[in-house]
Formats: sequence, structure tokens, C-alpha cells
Amino acid sequence: MLAAILSLGGIGLAAAVALGFAAKKFAVEVDPRELAVAEVLSGANCGACGYPGCAAYAKAVATGEAAPNLCTPGGASTVDKIAHIMGVAAVTASPQIAVVLCQGDNPKAKAKYRYLGVADCNAAQKIADGPKECPGGCLGLGTCARVCPFGAIEITPEGLAVISREKCTGCKKCVPACPRSVIRMAPLDATVHVLCNSRDKGAVVRKYCQVGCIACHICAKTVPEAYVVEENLARVVYEHYDQAAPAVAKCPTKCIRDFVEGYPEGSTFAPPVVPVKAEAAA
Amino acid sequence: MKLKTFPGGLHPPDNKEWSANKAIETCPLPGELVIPLAQHIGAPAELCVAKGDHVKKGQVIGTAKGFVSVPVHSSTSGEVTAIEPRPHASGRNLPAVVIRPDGEDTWVEGISGADPETLSPDAIRECIRAAGIVGMGGATFPAHVKLTPPENKPIHTLVINGVECEPYLTADHRLMLEETDRVLDGIVILKRVLGVARAQVGIEANKPDAIEVMTKACAGKGIEVVPLAVKYPQGAEKQLILALTGREVPSGGLPMDVGVVVQNVGTAAAVSDAVRRGLPLIERIATVTGPGVTTPKNLRVRVGTPLTHLVEFCGGLKGDPAKIIMGGPMMGATQLSLDVPATRGTSGVLLFREGEIPLRPEGPCIRCGRCVQVCPAHIMPTTIAAYARLDLIAEAEEFGAMDCIECGCCTYTCPATLPLVQAIRYGKGAILAKRRKV
Ligand code: SF4
Ligand code: SF4
Ligand code: SF4
Ligand code: SF4
Repeated sequence: MLAAILSLGGIGLAAAVALGFAAKKFAVEVDPRELAVAEVLSGANCGACGYPGCAAYAKAVATGEAAPNLCTPGGASTVDKIAHIMGVAAVTASPQIAVVLCQGDNPKAKAKYRYLGVADCNAAQKIADGPKECPGGCLGLGTCARVCPFGAIEITPEGLAVISREKCTGCKKCVPACPRSVIRMAPLDATVHVLCNSRDKGAVVRKYCQVGCIACHICAKTVPEAYVVEENLARVVYEHYDQAAPAVAKCPTKCIRDFVEGYPEGSTFAPPVVPVKAEAAA
Repeated sequence: MKLKTFPGGLHPPDNKEWSANKAIETCPLPGELVIPLAQHIGAPAELCVAKGDHVKKGQVIGTAKGFVSVPVHSSTSGEVTAIEPRPHASGRNLPAVVIRPDGEDTWVEGISGADPETLSPDAIRECIRAAGIVGMGGATFPAHVKLTPPENKPIHTLVINGVECEPYLTADHRLMLEETDRVLDGIVILKRVLGVARAQVGIEANKPDAIEVMTKACAGKGIEVVPLAVKYPQGAEKQLILALTGREVPSGGLPMDVGVVVQNVGTAAAVSDAVRRGLPLIERIATVTGPGVTTPKNLRVRVGTPLTHLVEFCGGLKGDPAKIIMGGPMMGATQLSLDVPATRGTSGVLLFREGEIPLRPEGPCIRCGRCVQVCPAHIMPTTIAAYARLDLIAEAEEFGAMDCIECGCCTYTCPATLPLVQAIRYGKGAILAKRRKV
């Protein structure tokens, strides 16, 4: 036994010496700035910067190929640090967060058919454009949650994706993963969003969803600066997000929400149900 | 004698007794015909009438757009009341021409046939294209394209598909039995187009009457009728060719790679009408059956007839349908409503109620290997499906995902009710997308 341990230790020692030697002999000059940049990056390898991983981005920054402000997960402090290392002025991109623009979970939005297939939004979308009557609503099969490198997306038991304000770093990976483009990026500081993605006419939306935008224009009339209604869908003009709040209480379907108390976490997300019409509630 | 067949496959209850003995009835015209411009694989036809127009029976209402496309015709005379997206068998709302029949059913002028003996193969191909003939087994591939093989692929055998291996369907069976002459004439014309001496008609052995009638009719015409083992998917092109000729279409290849062209019996009958009588493809035989309909029937159906109307003519629904399938139960497409119209590719409509069709969520794979045993393409459905679901597209491709013929045998046999075909189909889509990109 002892002999075995000794001999194993011996092999380890020999290897260590050899490796140490090799490392010295074959060492490649690394730009110290590259190492320094790599150090301050988040290390999530999420790819939001457009490079395959943090190390590649660090290298690109050091060679001057990439701008210092592309690491969204790192936020403003990382940009500052990188700018300092590189000796350039920090230009912070305003931090962003991903928002699921839909509240129509299974109890609130009608299904077109019963789907028993592969539990993946892209696979479901291929069957007659998805099992939801609403062509824009969240399918709730969690494709976005699976691609999020930060575990920021949860699917509620009722089948709706919700994104954690604490965990989302704004890396944007979920945006192209969703076949229905329900997920959009919004400024982190904006807490008011129109949570709907249906471009159908109001009368059509009422038939299949209790909480959909009916394009009544009340929000835009209340605060013209902060809302636009296009293609039967209201949106917050995020340049003026700070003015958006007064319309929240006025929205007849409660599809404008103010998350001033914080974004929803998992299944606790339960917006008030406002039956629009008897037939829609049935 | 042991009947010819292919390795793999399975034998689901065929349930043909519902409608096998029902003679073809003509379904009356509905109050409104909805004729989709997309009724074939390939580019949809291009609209060439306007709302308010009065159209005649057989008039072109959509022209072919490209080589792999065929024109679409009005199925009766009447007024075009709307041109708008309507529910389509694909599950989407797609552009359709809505026609209110005037009850006269008058043919458009200039319909005339010719003696096929006097026509060149190219002239016959043009007749077939102009008549809008597509593969009527359900694949709806334009027939003239299949009949135009490139010069370096000599064709020696015409295979006629009278197998009808999908459970429940009996439309081809009745067609062979009741309209033998049309089918036979079509086969002779198809032989002439391809310039082949040899034709084989494959029919499953569960249709002895059709085999007998067809054998008698084909005698002495260079057309051989071959009874085949009763097994699904005997009617899939590659499996049919293997059973009949012993030749295996290579992976990624087409029947023409082994010198064969396959056409369905319904297509053959339509070819006869198109060439000899100049008739466009505006009606077909379809089976309306299943436990959810009062009186199962085989019907002569005008293209564009809403399923609601077909079901009404069959005595209506028995209870609420839990599942409506257009085509056979194995490869057909589930419908969201009865508002969709029958098209040139509609071989049948099946109706099931709750409890008559398994609707179970999937469980974990128990590694039983049944899917592998039944797969007629000799691939490993469970492995490929797993790769596809993990988005390991290169691996799915390497394991032969593209060879999957989507016959549904694996899904049917899987005790864990895994959606195997759906997962593989998803993988195939991703592989094609990747190929397009590189
Ligand atoms: S109408 Fe709006 S809220 Fe409702 S399901 Fe569609 S996108 Fe979601
Ligand atoms: S947000 Fe999109 S990807 Fe995420 S669960 Fe909903 S539909 Fe699926
Ligand atoms: S929620 Fe979207 S944007 Fe936010 S971290 Fe996850 S993938 Fe990135
Ligand atoms: S049949 Fe189903 S359970 Fe059996 S190995 Fe195949 S996938 Fe697994």
C-alpha cells in the first residue's frame, strides 16, 4: 500500500516537474492586459459579447479589436474596469433586462389544441403554428429557460416564462431562442411594460385571452409620450419609461404592469384576472 | 406461397371493415366550396380570378408557379364570393378561393380529350400537368415532375401503388373494384409516357376482390398484379419498391435511382380522365370513417368541399370528436376543426371520440428497442429522437435522421408513448436548415 502511494506520488512529482519545464520552455507571450481583462470578466462564457467565451473576448479587447463595453453580464463596473485596464474612456451601454411580453398562461389564454408532443417551444411551434390560439403568446415549454446561462428564467406551473430581475444579466441569449419573439430587451430601470405580444385586432384578442392588449389606445391617450400603439399592440416607448406609470391603472385588461416592487420570481407571478367578456372566461 | 414484403414494419388493426363494403357514393355539392391555392408540394398556385367573378367548372383559378407546381381549377360553376385565408389542412389559415355554386355545374368551354395513342409522351405530360394532377396517395407531389426523369436515370419499371396500407382507408380499394377501367387505362398511359415495358401493381392481400378484378383486367397487357403481405408501411414508396423488385433505394436517393417510378392508383385514374377526356383534377374518392361518424362511407368528393359537409352526408358526428385526422391514422394530419376543405390529396377523414384514441403524455424510454425493430428505414428512432431533442443535430444526421420516412411505426409501437416521429421530424428540419446555411 505504502509502496503504491509512494510510486503514485513519484509519478505525480515527475509529471509536475516535466510540466513545469514544458510550461517555461514553450510559454507563449501573453499580453498582460488580456490576462487582466479576463480576470474582470464574469466568466459565464455566455457569448453575449459576440465572442465564443470570456477568454476570446478578453483577447479581442486586448488587441483593440473589440470595444470594452460588450460584457453585459458584468454590467457597468466591469466596463469601468476594462476601460481602466485599456486606458480608454468608459462608454457604458445602459444595462438591459429581458422581459417576457405576455401574461397569457394556460388558465388565461385559450389553447388551439391539446399538445402532447416534445416539450420544446420550437418543436411545438412547428405543429400548426403552436398549440395556443394567440399567435404571439408564450408557449411555456421552456426553450428560453434552457438556453439562459444564468438560470434567470422559470416556467410557472401554469405555463408562462418569467424572468428574474436579480438573475438576468441582459445577455440576450433567450431572445432568438423563442420561436414567438415574446422576449424583448428593455432598460433595466424601466419597470413598466406592456405584457402582450399579440398583433391581432382587439376583438380577436378578447376571444382567446383574458389579459391581452386590445389596442384601445387608452394608454397612449393618457401618456402620449410613453406609449405607441402599432399593429394593434401597445408598447412602452422606453426612452420615456419614467413617464409610463400613470397608464398602468387605466389599462382595461391590466396588460400594462409596473414591477416597481421587483420583477416576479417563478410561480408567484399571478396578475389580477379581469374577465373581459363572459365567453372569454368560459 | 409466402407473400412479398419488406423487412420491418408492423401490423396495426386495419379497421377496414367500417367502410370496405361501401360502394362509392357521390357527395352532393356543398353551399360553399373552399379551394386552397396550396394543394400540392411545391410553390402554391398563383391566383388568377377576382372576387365577384363567375367561374365555370374546370376553369383555372390559380396558375402554376414554377416547374414543381400545378394549376388549380374550380370544382363547379358559380360565383367567387371571397378570396381570403381560410383554415387549411396544414393547421394554418392559407389563401383560398371561396365559390358559391350556381347549381348548373357547367363545364368551361374547350374541354376535350384525345386518344393517348396519337399523343407524344411530352404532350401527355403536358396534359397531366395542365390537369393539375398530383400524387393522390396523400403526398401531393406533382405527377408530371415524377414522370420527367433525367436522361441519366433510365426507368425500366412503373410501380402502381394500390397497397392502401393505412388502417381505415378504403378509397383506393373501392376505386380499383368499381372503376377498374379508368385505373387500367391510366396505367397504360403512364407506361407510354415512361416508355417502359414493365408495370407492377402492388395490392395488399387483405383486398382479395380488388386483386382478382385487377388481375383479370391487366391480363395480357404487360401489367402484373402482385399481392403483398398485409403490413404497414407497405405503401411507402421505398418499401413498396423493395417488396416488389427487391431493389433498395439508396439513402438519400429517389425511386428513379433504381429505375422505378411509383404512382398511386388514384393518380392513374386521374391521368386517364385528363388525357382521354381532358378533365382537370377536381374530384377524388375519399373515405369518411372512424367510430366518430354515424355512417362511414366512400365518397366521390369535389375538391374544396368542407369536411363538415362530408360528415353531414355521412349522417353526422357521433358525439364530440376528440381527434379529426385527414389521411390515414399513421401518417395523416390531425385537424383543428372540420372547417378545412378536402383537397386533391385527401384520401380520407377519420373521426375519433375521447377514449378511442390513446392520448397519453410521454413517459421515460425503457430501452425496449421495439422502435428499432419496427423501423422500416433501419435506423434507431429512439437515439435519433434523443439527439434531436438535445439539438445535437450533427449526431442526429450521422445516425440517419434523413432516412426517416415518418411512417409513425416507432411512435405507434412505443410503450412509453414518446413523440419519436415529431422529434425526428424536428431534427430533420434542423438538418435541412443547417445544409441550406453551409
Ligand atoms: S394576447 Fe397577449 S397576453 Fe394573451 S397570450 Fe397573447 S401575447 Fe400573451
Ligand atoms: S418565452 Fe418563448 S421560449 Fe420561453 S417559454 Fe415562452 S414561448 Fe417558450
Ligand atoms: S433571461 Fe435572457 S437575457 Fe437574461 S440572462 Fe437569461 S438568457 Fe440572458
Ligand atoms: S419503443 Fe419507446 S420505450 Fe422502447 S426503446 Fe423505443 S423509444 Fe424507448
